[in-house]
Amino acid sequence: MGDCHGCPAATITRPAKTRRQIVAIVGPPNSGKSTLFNRLTGLRQKVANFPGVTVEHRMGRARLDGDHEVYLVDLPGVYSLTPRTEDERVTHDVLGGAMKDMPKPDAVLLILDSTNLSRHLVLAAPVLSLGLPTLVILNMADDLDARGGEVDSAELAMQLGSPVALVSAAKGIGIEKVMQFLAGTTQGAPARNGGGKPLMELPVIQDIPKCRAWAAHAGSKARYHAPAPPLWTRRLDAIFLHPLLGPLIFLLVVIGVFETIFAGAQPLMDAIDDGIQASGAWVASVISYAPLRSLLVDGVWSGVGSVVKFLPQILILFLFIGILEDSGYLARAALIADRTMARIGLQGKSFIPLLSAYACAVPAIMATRTIENKRDRIATILIAPFMTCSARLPVYTLVIAAFIAPKYQVLALLSLYIIGFLAAIGTAKLLKSTILKSARSSFMLEMPPYRWPTPRSLGLRLVDRAKVFLRRAGTVILAVAIVIWVLGHLPLKNGAPPPIDQSIEAKIGHAVEPAIKPLGFNWKIGIGLISSLAAREVIVGTLGTIYGMEGSSEHSVELQKALRRDLTPGGAAALLVFFAFAMQCMSTIAVVRRETMSWKWPALQFAYMTLFAYAAAFAANHAVLWLA
Amino acid sequence: MSFNKKRPAQPSRTHPTRNLTDLKRGESGILDRLDLPEEDARRLMEMGFLPGHSVTPAHSAPGGDPRVFQVDGSEVALRRETAIRLILR
Repeated sequence: MGDCHGCPAATITRPAKTRRQIVAIVGPPNSGKSTLFNRLTGLRQKVANFPGVTVEHRMGRARLDGDHEVYLVDLPGVYSLTPRTEDERVTHDVLGGAMKDMPKPDAVLLILDSTNLSRHLVLAAPVLSLGLPTLVILNMADDLDARGGEVDSAELAMQLGSPVALVSAAKGIGIEKVMQFLAGTTQGAPARNGGGKPLMELPVIQDIPKCRAWAAHAGSKARYHAPAPPLWTRRLDAIFLHPLLGPLIFLLVVIGVFETIFAGAQPLMDAIDDGIQASGAWVASVISYAPLRSLLVDGVWSGVGSVVKFLPQILILFLFIGILEDSGYLARAALIADRTMARIGLQGKSFIPLLSAYACAVPAIMATRTIENKRDRIATILIAPFMTCSARLPVYTLVIAAFIAPKYQVLALLSLYIIGFLAAIGTAKLLKSTILKSARSSFMLEMPPYRWPTPRSLGLRLVDRAKVFLRRAGTVILAVAIVIWVLGHLPLKNGAPPPIDQSIEAKIGHAVEPAIKPLGFNWKIGIGLISSLAAREVIVGTLGTIYGMEGSSEHSVELQKALRRDLTPGGAAALLVFFAFAMQCMSTIAVVRRETMSWKWPALQFAYMTLFAYAAAFAANHAVLWLA
Repeated sequence: MSFNKKRPAQPSRTHPTRNLTDLKRGESGILDRLDLPEEDARRLMEMGFLPGHSVTPAHSAPGGDPRVFQVDGSEVALRRETAIRLILR
């Protein structure tokens, strides 16, 4: 998660002349790499993709004293540098200088969990043998201390022949030592506060037992005393992995999230709505030239405004997923889900991307990289867009608010989430018993200790998501709003725009109407569907613009009223169901293409989901007609 | 469950071999070997399942599968079908 929605592989371009130093951050999973990266770079970071491979990484700038800056590269978490999985291959290639368009790093920050040092030190063997200036960071020093563990970092530095820093990335303790090291790299001579020739010789790095013995030896030389087991993690696991309480708590968490999204975000959304309306009225009062006023108020304000108001809901959803992930709960959820996932032919690790897909399918599809089995991974990618992503929320919220009595609204929303989930399960089962059949795959997942999510990491995540969402509102949705407005005002008759139902737009809408009439949709919804091929939430902006031209204000209550005039209850149900199943999202198509390295899978996925959505919407429309 | 791979010949012993699934919760055992394909065995060894190390079963998912094992300072969840191939001394 925490990457960018559909943005192209953005490689940060460096000015060729004043090349900044590049420092790679390497470490095992759960060692706190990302926390350190966030701590060092703050907002000066970007998600990027290595050319030719699907593995993404983050790059950022760390500002040092005296206007110096270094580039930091956050590499995927690995246990070793043997290039077997894609993550390991990328880390291996970057560190060896074999990655295209990426110079060999000038230095390495090797980050290890100090509370589990004997095992994490195993990674030091291959990293140190690269011969790059390396700072060995023993993270979670506060935790080590609190649980009665200790280590002599000066002695460890002597043994390894590299500087060692005891740090707590989450609390910011000891960061100055990291800064010092980084400052040293810019002067060409990295700080060597214990450097020199290592006292211990490095082991043969392919031999895991030898490496482990070497690590134990280094640890004991440095008088490493392992801390007491994480008591709180054991206590919390007794609750979260309780046979009855565990699944119950999980259900409560999920329901709580939905309740907050729907009820808790409302005041914020109303405030944004009021702000949009007030600013729209102000624009209307300032601009006297009628066509321009109409373009801005009916086109831009109605179109973009009706989407922007969903920002609070989307951020709340990402906040929840961020908390679940950073606290370590998500790994437990994967454990609880494994048996269920096995029944549909997948495994617990597929659960994490699928849960992320509730926020957005794009980062979710990228998160499938942790699944070693290729067929499992493709199956997970193919079903991820069925999970109810945040872009569906604006559509759902609008239609539900317009057609369903307040006391049934949460239930309706929950049902939509459930049908998406069921479609995913059914599809997975179908895929795993036909084209993606494979032997049962193994499930090995490390359970990280529970930790408090840091406000900093959560904040950075939200800023990132807000930027992506607003950028899209300012580009794709803005462009669509203007096109919709223009097409609604042509052809001019005697220099004046025609009534909307005689415009070019209406002609296009009427052309597709026969195809969507069985679903209970009229031509306006048809235009909305076409425009939402770019992204789901665009339909809300499109309808905002169309109804804005009809004279409704851009306020969401007006939009609901207009929709109620225009859509039968059957059509409303069909619209909801259609959006639950259809793939309407260019970003997802692009990321599936990139992750599977072929057009075959995204094409199959798009065709399957669209047909599925059409059939289900048809059924929903006729079921409601029959009931009424 | 399907085990296509042939089990390596078992050395003759007076006691039948025990594996991770024979351990009660909280009872520890010393790992002897991993009867798994090279790929899986390496991954598990990287996570701490090395011959000679002590392994202790802990919590599990509802129904007892998969189960979390404490090994070498960390906790790793394994399915029963994998745990049964980790042979104890």
